Amino acid sequence: MKLNSPLQVYKYLPQINCAECGDATCMAFAAHLIDRSKKLEDCPPLLKDEFKKKYLELESLLAPEVREIIVGRGEHAKKIGGDDVLYRHQLTFFNPTTFAYDVWDTMAEQELVDRINNIANFRKFYVGKFLKVDMVAVRCVSGDALKFASAVKKVSETTELPLVLCSFDPAVLRAALEVVKDKNPLIYAATEKNWGEVAELALNYKVPVVLSSSDLDKLRSLALTFQEMGIKELILDPGTYPQGKQLKETFERCIKLRRAGIKEGQKDIALPIMALPLSAWLVYNDAVTASYWETVLASVFIVRYADIMILHGLEPYAMLPQVHLRDTIYTDPRTPVKVAPGVNEIGSPTKDSPVIITTNFALTYYTVESDLSSNKINCYIAAVDTDGIGVEAAVAGGQLTAAKIKDTFQKAGFDFKEKTDHSTLILPGLAARLQGDVEDVTGLRVMIGPPDSGRIPGWMEKNWPPKPK
Amino acid sequence: MTKKIKLSELGSLLGGLDIEALEGVKIEGDVELDLGHMLNPQMAYALGHEAAQIAHHLINISRILGYPVDQMFSGTAAKPIRPSRLIESKFSVGRMEEWKTPIQEVTLGATSSDGGSRSSTVTLGGEHALPYYFDNPMPHRNYITMDVFDMPINMAKAVKSNYEDVINSPSEWAKKVVRDFGADMVTVHLISTDPNIKDTSPAEAAKTVEEVLQAVDVPIVIGGSGNPEKDPVVLEKAAEVAEGERCLLASASLNLDYARIAEAAKKYNHVVLSWTQLEINAQKELNRKLMKQCGVARENILMDPTTAALGYGLDYAYTNMERIRLAGLTGDAELNFPMSSGTTNAWGAREAWMVASPLKEDSDWGPREYRGPIWEIITGLTLSLAGNDLFMMMHPTAVQVLKEITQTLYGSKEAEPTNIDNWITAVI
Ligand code: SF4
Repeated sequence: MKLNSPLQVYKYLPQINCAECGDATCMAFAAHLIDRSKKLEDCPPLLKDEFKKKYLELESLLAPEVREIIVGRGEHAKKIGGDDVLYRHQLTFFNPTTFAYDVWDTMAEQELVDRINNIANFRKFYVGKFLKVDMVAVRCVSGDALKFASAVKKVSETTELPLVLCSFDPAVLRAALEVVKDKNPLIYAATEKNWGEVAELALNYKVPVVLSSSDLDKLRSLALTFQEMGIKELILDPGTYPQGKQLKETFERCIKLRRAGIKEGQKDIALPIMALPLSAWLVYNDAVTASYWETVLASVFIVRYADIMILHGLEPYAMLPQVHLRDTIYTDPRTPVKVAPGVNEIGSPTKDSPVIITTNFALTYYTVESDLSSNKINCYIAAVDTDGIGVEAAVAGGQLTAAKIKDTFQKAGFDFKEKTDHSTLILPGLAARLQGDVEDVTGLRVMIGPPDSGRIPGWMEKNWPPKPK
Repeated sequence: MTKKIKLSELGSLLGGLDIEALEGVKIEGDVELDLGHMLNPQMAYALGHEAAQIAHHLINISRILGYPVDQMFSGTAAKPIRPSRLIESKFSVGRMEEWKTPIQEVTLGATSSDGGSRSSTVTLGGEHALPYYFDNPMPHRNYITMDVFDMPINMAKAVKSNYEDVINSPSEWAKKVVRDFGADMVTVHLISTDPNIKDTSPAEAAKTVEEVLQAVDVPIVIGGSGNPEKDPVVLEKAAEVAEGERCLLASASLNLDYARIAEAAKKYNHVVLSWTQLEINAQKELNRKLMKQCGVARENILMDPTTAALGYGLDYAYTNMERIRLAGLTGDAELNFPMSSGTTNAWGAREAWMVASPLKEDSDWGPREYRGPIWEIITGLTLSLAGNDLFMMMHPTAVQVLKEITQTLYGSKEAEPTNIDNWITAVI
């Protein structure tokens, strides 16, 4: 975006501090526009006619450097692109890379339905939310427009997820578009050869379209031509090669495109980028090797600038690192690393409930908390102030000590005599070496829990309640 | 055959025409228009967007003047431009001029000509750009050092199965990782020296180091137990018996007697690993102290800014490294050192080793034998993209795959060209 301070934005706002946006002042609202936590539409006065000009100016000044494109409709619709920076610490990356997994029109119906359900139902709990995948890419393998259209129909009846329609044959794409024209699918792809007809489809059906060429001059030609024709919903596929020098060049193309778009402000190619980690399957037949390499390719392009990608393997050992790495790169670095130190209740603890120690590193804390609450264990968790460092590192680095643990209970006013009838606390397995110290400093009985909080339920069965001394 | 018309006549004229048929229209002043010879729609189409653009311009002017063009056109005005050819263009993008300062080059290991006994050395650093960027090729590839422990330790099953035959012998273990698993270097972790584990004496631990140096001829890393009281003494003794070998001493940190480790490195010709915990300012501070206060030469410093596993803080580790590298490249002389990652930490993630998810809500996690290595690979790969140079790793498959991708991006891996044009129709 072209503005970077709240003061610059403030000049365009109504400046009446009416608080309808939920902020007390227009200046506060301006700050939220800058960090993109609020939208212009959240300020009702700005939408009135008298401010129309300012509204339009602000809209273009606040537009992200990389165009934001929407695929699909309704609650599953995905925003693609929309980034403003080259490195996440400069602000944050927006709109996590969209993952589309493929199906194809030569699949038997049941096989197709099962595969779609696998894609749509994948979920991995992580820090208070589920990591999921986003779209289904339908490949036309048959070359037959009718067959493709009927596969696309089946897919759209089976899932609400948005679709990518994949064929280089405009007639095939048209047949499928007829079936799902209301669903705002993404069409793949326009090339040097078929661009004219694909452009017609994009115009007639008003759908977003991928432009594909591994030659950046040609890719830019396509982008300029389509934009000249009034087609703005564009995604660039600079070709993903799976190996060797070709892969290195793929990496370079992504960096060049994004640098041109964000750093040099080359508006006409500041568009979302598509990667095709699926190409790993063109060179490896064995499912494990191909899944591994596909995940490697996906990782490279999650980090360096793909906004959407098409994948093939549905092995959990591939999908888990994929969704986790995407979350890693797109997590907002401005959110705090730490939770507030203190002693918190999980469920409704009683006097014989355990008291479990962990650190105030947000990830550690939320992991422990979800393990305990998901397994319905009533207890207390003490989040010790380790400056937001995890257990193992905090023990090594001296941020998790007996004194800190004692301090945590004191500050929280937690009296073991009053709250428990066992005067026992449980240290994480990775902090076992603190046992003696903690006993000396607190005068409590100290038990050593498992090294991973996921094992607390099993540990509890064996070890809780503690045997009387 | 030019005919001049007034704007007032435009409506009736345009009303009957396709917009594409406006080839040859010129605008004269604001109001008077020039129409060329009467229009051939096909030719106009061929001249494509130019004509239409003029038409648009025209319409806009009419609109500004209050002429009710929109009503008259009813739909035609929105008709898009149809160029007949792709617009010619060249793509170009600049280099990063602000990356002016190279990363320090650091060599590990010394051959006999340099007072050591290694058969080869490993040089890290020297970059002028982010890793694998076209701005400036990396002078050295990434390297991998594999972990060896001086006593049996708890390991994930998938890791352990590779080392059962050598778990009681650090020297055999070291041989195995170099011979069978392609380790560029070996890290010997003297964990038994921890007073809470076996309290092995520094002299005893130093013997293990000697054995490993005998067993393999690659450069080595000497790691302590992580006990801040004991490590400086252990590393000092190990440094002494390994004199001249340019080992990496792991690690100096702010919470122990780093000066003693620095002193040992200087005295016996080794390299210091400057370890901090995910905190760029602490890294600056420690590097500064090593250089200014302890007098360690720049070519003898490597950094470990801490590796957190995928899903367990990798976002901090990644961004911390990327910031450090960018600061180094843009001139921060306290941060432009090569980096090392304890990639093995990836095995701490439950996804890497647990049989199944502890949460009923999760999709099936699949077999853990495949989850572990890929967790290590992706943790390492992500950090390689942030600028990490040296990887401390454990699983042979992870080592192999990480080498393959980092060397591909580095540019030293050849492969048969792949034709991806038909990916859509591929039967896979
Ligand atoms: S709603 Fe608009 S005008 Fe009212 S305080 Fe918020 S920003 Fe200001």
